[in-house]
Amino acid sequence: MTYNAGHYDVIVIGAGHAGVEAGLAAAKRGAKTLMLTLNLDLVAFMPCNPSIGGPAKGVVVREIDALGGAMGKVIDKTHIQMRLLNTRKGPAVRALRAQADKPLYIKEMKRVLESQENLTLRQGMVEKLLVEDDQIKGVVTETKAAYYAPTVIVTTGTFMRGRVIIGDLSYESGPNNQRTSVSLSEQLEELGIEMVRFKTGTPMRVNSRTIDYSKTEIQPGEQEPRFFSYETTEFITDQIPCWLTYTNEDTHKIINDNLGLSAMYSGMIKGTGPRYCPSIEDKIVRFNDKPRHQIFLEPEGRDTEEVYVQGLSTSLPEYIQKEMMETVPGLEKAEIMRAGYAIEYDSVVPTKLWPTLETKKISGLFTAGQINGTSGYEEAAGQGLMAGINAAAKALDLETLILDRSQGYIGVMIDDLVTKGTDEPYRLLTSRAEFRLMLRHDNADLRLTEIGHRIGTISDERYERFLEKKRVIEEEKNRLEQVILKPTDDVQAAIEESGGSTLKEAARATDLLRRPEMKYDVIAKLTPSDIPLSDEAAEQVEIQIKYTGYIKKALEQIERMRKMETKTIPEDLDYDEVHGLATEARDRLKEVRPLSVGQASRVSGVNPADVSILLVYIEQGNIARVSGE
Amino acid sequence: MEMDTITAISTPMGEGAIAIVRLSGPEAVTIADSLFQGKNLNQVESHTMHYGKLIDPETKEVAEEVMVSVMRAPKTFTREDVVEINCHGGLVSVNRVLEIALANGARLAEPGEFTKRAFMNGRIDLSQAEAVMDLIRAKTDRAMSVALKQMDGRLSNLIGDLRQKLLETLAHVEVNIDYPEYDDVEEMSNDMMREKTKEVLQEVEQLLETARQGKILREGLGTAIIGRPNVGKSSLMNALVHENKAIVTEIPGTTRDVIEEYVNVRGVPLRLIDTAGIRETEDIVERIGVERSRQVLKEADLILLVLNYGDEFTEEDKKLFEAVNDLNIIVIVNKMDLDPKLDLEEVKRSAGDHPVISTALIREEGIDQLENAIANTFFEGDLDAGDMTYVSNVRHVQLLKQARQALEDAQHGMDMGVPIDVVQIDVTRTWELLGEIIGDAVHESLIDQLFSQFCLGK
Repeated sequence: MTYNAGHYDVIVIGAGHAGVEAGLAAAKRGAKTLMLTLNLDLVAFMPCNPSIGGPAKGVVVREIDALGGAMGKVIDKTHIQMRLLNTRKGPAVRALRAQADKPLYIKEMKRVLESQENLTLRQGMVEKLLVEDDQIKGVVTETKAAYYAPTVIVTTGTFMRGRVIIGDLSYESGPNNQRTSVSLSEQLEELGIEMVRFKTGTPMRVNSRTIDYSKTEIQPGEQEPRFFSYETTEFITDQIPCWLTYTNEDTHKIINDNLGLSAMYSGMIKGTGPRYCPSIEDKIVRFNDKPRHQIFLEPEGRDTEEVYVQGLSTSLPEYIQKEMMETVPGLEKAEIMRAGYAIEYDSVVPTKLWPTLETKKISGLFTAGQINGTSGYEEAAGQGLMAGINAAAKALDLETLILDRSQGYIGVMIDDLVTKGTDEPYRLLTSRAEFRLMLRHDNADLRLTEIGHRIGTISDERYERFLEKKRVIEEEKNRLEQVILKPTDDVQAAIEESGGSTLKEAARATDLLRRPEMKYDVIAKLTPSDIPLSDEAAEQVEIQIKYTGYIKKALEQIERMRKMETKTIPEDLDYDEVHGLATEARDRLKEVRPLSVGQASRVSGVNPADVSILLVYIEQGNIARVSGE
Repeated sequence: MEMDTITAISTPMGEGAIAIVRLSGPEAVTIADSLFQGKNLNQVESHTMHYGKLIDPETKEVAEEVMVSVMRAPKTFTREDVVEINCHGGLVSVNRVLEIALANGARLAEPGEFTKRAFMNGRIDLSQAEAVMDLIRAKTDRAMSVALKQMDGRLSNLIGDLRQKLLETLAHVEVNIDYPEYDDVEEMSNDMMREKTKEVLQEVEQLLETARQGKILREGLGTAIIGRPNVGKSSLMNALVHENKAIVTEIPGTTRDVIEEYVNVRGVPLRLIDTAGIRETEDIVERIGVERSRQVLKEADLILLVLNYGDEFTEEDKKLFEAVNDLNIIVIVNKMDLDPKLDLEEVKRSAGDHPVISTALIREEGIDQLENAIANTFFEGDLDAGDMTYVSNVRHVQLLKQARQALEDAQHGMDMGVPIDVVQIDVTRTWELLGEIIGDAVHESLIDQLFSQFCLGK
C-alpha cells in the first residue's frame, strides 16, 4: 500500500551533477521541488576523475553559472588546483580546469541544496513512475511513499541496470558500489522509451603515501586567482600539485599478454564505450606503436590520501592492475585503495527527447545527464539545468528555454543529442561547435546572464552588476574607436616595447589594438579611460576589437542559421503526408520530429531537397490556414 | 512577387541521350530567344516546340542543335513562363547550354526551387502539391546522379585527397585545443598551417585554371594588343580581322562605344578586348602605368606586344615588358621593312621564353608565323583540349572559387598573427566547401579523424 507523501511541481530523481542543477533551477524559478536520491551523503558525487572543466567543458561550467547554476560556485570553493588552459592559443579555446576536492565538493553542494528555498531534499529509491495516459503524475519510492507532480526529471546517471566489471568479476552495481535501479529502467522500456547500453570505465585509486613522487614530474597549479563563477570573490591560493608519469614497454607487454582477461576484450562487455575515454588496453591495442602513454596522478582531495591514476582506466583483473603499476615509475609500490573497473548501464536514446529534454512519449517526463547518453559532469550539469528550467516552465506555465547552437555549448550539446543522437557516450569537444569563436569562456555571462535574469535564475543584484559591466565595455569600445594616436615618443616606445613596428602616421586606437602583439593594457596607458576597467571588462574590449572581422563573419552566419531556426514545424506534423520526402529522410524526421526547419536540416539523412520539400509543405499549411481552406 | 529567372539541367545526363535545360521566370522566353536561331520565340504560341540552333551570343557560334518548348504562364509547372531546351545529352553540350543561359541573365536554381516557385505562385492545391513534391524528389535524385556523373573520377579523387589533407590538419589543431596536455604531437604552428593551406590553395587554383581553359574554348581567348604609339597595333588588328573575317559587334550606350572583335585563328577563338581603347588613345604606356590597366591586362589570356623595328628600344618598351612579363605574351617586331634601329638581341633578352615574331604588316608579311604562334600558345602544354571538361560544372566552379577565397582568408589571418584556432575557421570552411563539390560535408568526420589519428583520453 502506498501513502500520499505530498504534491510538488517538479520531482527530480537523482542528485548527481544533472540532478542538483535541475532541482536548484526548478526551485529558483519558484517551483515546489522534490529531489530524491539514493544516498544523501553522495550528492554531486564524482565517481570518476577529480576534475571539473577543460576545453568546452569549462565553458559549459561558465554557461551554467551565467544561468544561475551551482557547479561553478561550488568548485570555486572546493578546488585544490585551478589552471587556465590554452593560454597560448586564441580566446575562443581558452578554458578553466579545476582539480576538485571530492569530499569537500559533496559537502558544499549539499549545503547549497539544503539552503535553497522551495527545494526538498530526501533520501529514497524510486521504484516506479506514476503515468496515466502518457502523462506523468508522480513517483513511488520503495518505501511506498507516493509523491505527485506534473513533471518528473530522471537523472539517474549510470545507475539504471548498472553492472560493474573487473576482469571476470561482474555484479549489479552503480558506481562506487551503490545500489542500482532496475525497475525504473524496465518501466521506461515498457512505456516505450527506447534504451541502449553504454559502457564507461575508471582507473584505480592508490594511496599517496605509497607513491614515489621523485620519479614523476610535478604539474603545479597557478597562483593567479581564477574563478568559474562571476559571483566568486574569494580565491584559493593554496594549490596542490598533480604529478605526471608514463607507461612503458613493460607495462604494455603485461597488458598485451593479459588482454584475454580484460572484460573489454573477453566479450563480457556488450555496451559501447567512448572513444575519447578509452581504457589503457584500448589505447595499447589501437595505437600499438606508441612507446608510452601519459599517466597523471591527481589527488582526490586535501584531507585524503587517495590519488586518481588518470590514464589507467581498465577492466583488467585487480592483480593485473597491480602488476601493471609495478612497471610504472613512481607507482612500483603503489597500493591500490580502489580497483579500476568498467561499468555498463542503460541510457535513453536522446533523439526521443524534445530540445527541452522532455520525452516525446510521456508528457511531463524529462531526462537529463548521463542517462541521455552523455558522459562528463559538466555535460550532465548543463542538461540538468535546462531540464530543471523547462520542467518548472511546464509545471508553472512559464517561458521554456531552448538554447541554440550559437548561444552556448549547452545548446550545441542538446541539439546534437536530440537531433543527431549518439552511438557512443557523448562528450563535448570544441570542434562540435560551428560558432566556437562566439562560445568563449570569457563571454558566457554576456551571452546568457540576460536570459538567466529573465527566467528568474539570476538575481536582480547580479544582473545590475552585469549590465554595468556591459555598459563599461561598450563605452570603452566606442571611445577607442574615436581615439587617434599620433606617433609621439611615448606611443612609439610603447609599441616597440610590445614588439611591434613603430607607427609611420597617426593611427586609430582600435587599429593599433588589432595588431597581434598589442594588448589593451598598453593602449589604456597611452589613452587612459576615465574609469579604469576591471580585468574582465578589459579582456572583453580587447577580444571584441581584436577579432572584429571574424566576429562579424560569425554573426552573419548565425543570422543565416537563425532564419531557418525561426521557421517552426508543428510538433504533430504527419511526415507521411509530406509527399516527396526521401524514405530515409522521412524515417529520420518521424523519429526526431524537429521543431524548426533549421533543426530538420541537421538531421542525418535529410538532404537539401528534403528541406525544400518540407518548406513548401509547411508554407502551404500556413497559407491554407490563413485563407481558411 | 518579383522573381528572377532560374535555370537548371532537369534531366540526367549520359552521352547520346537527350537532356533538358529548363528556364522559369519572367525572362525565360526572352533569354531563350536571345540564344535561339530559328523562329522568334517571343512570338510563337504557348505550348509549342521548335527546332533551331542555339547560338552563344558572345561568340556568335552555333553551340547546339536544339528543340525548344515554350510554355507561357500560367498553365505551366511553375505558373511562370517556362522554356525547356532539349539538347544532346553529352556532358559538354548540356553544360554549355546551361552556361550560356547563366551568362545571359538566368540564375542557377537551387534544388527544388522550381517546385517552391510553383507553390509560391499559389496555384498548387494539396493534391497537386503532393504530386509535385514527388516529382521534385525524383528530379532531385536524378540531378544528384547527374552531379555524380559530371564529376570526373580524377576530380573526385583529387578533391577527396585535398579534403583528407585538410582534415588531418584540422584534427591536429583540434587535438592541441581539446587535449592541451597531450604530448604525443607537436603543437600545430602557423608555419605548418601555412604550408598546408599553400599546398591546397595551389591545387584549387590549378583546378580553377582547368575551368578557365574550358571557358576559353567556349568564350574565346581574351587578347589585348599593346605597344607604343605608331608601332602598328591597328594594322595588326586589321590584319587579324581581315584575314579571319571577324564579326564586329558594336554595343552603343556607354560614354565611349566599346567594340569587341572576335576572330578565329587556326581554330583558336580570340576575343580582342578593349580594342576601342587602342584606336582612340595611343598613350598605352601611361595607361599601363595605372594599376587599373594592369588589372585589365591580367584578365587577358593573351597579350600581343608590338614593337617598331624602325625605332630604338625605349624606356617605355621596357616598362611594357615589365608590366606583362608574367603573362602569356607574344612579342611582335613590326615594320621589318624599315631601316633597323631596334636591338633585336635586347628584345629577345627582354622576351625571355616568350616567342618573338617578325612582321611587316603593311606588306602582309609574317602573319602566318604569328598565327602559328597564337595556335601554339593555346594548344601547347597545360592548355590541352583533352582536359577541357575537367572542372566544367558551374556549381563546382563557384564552390572552388569560394574555397580559394576561404584559403586566402586563412593565409591573410596567419599573416596578421591571428591565433591558429581562429584561422581554423577559414580552413574548416574550405573543407566544407570542397565537401559540397563531392556531396559530403558531414561534420562528424572531424571527430572520427581526431580519434583515429591520436590516442586520446584519460
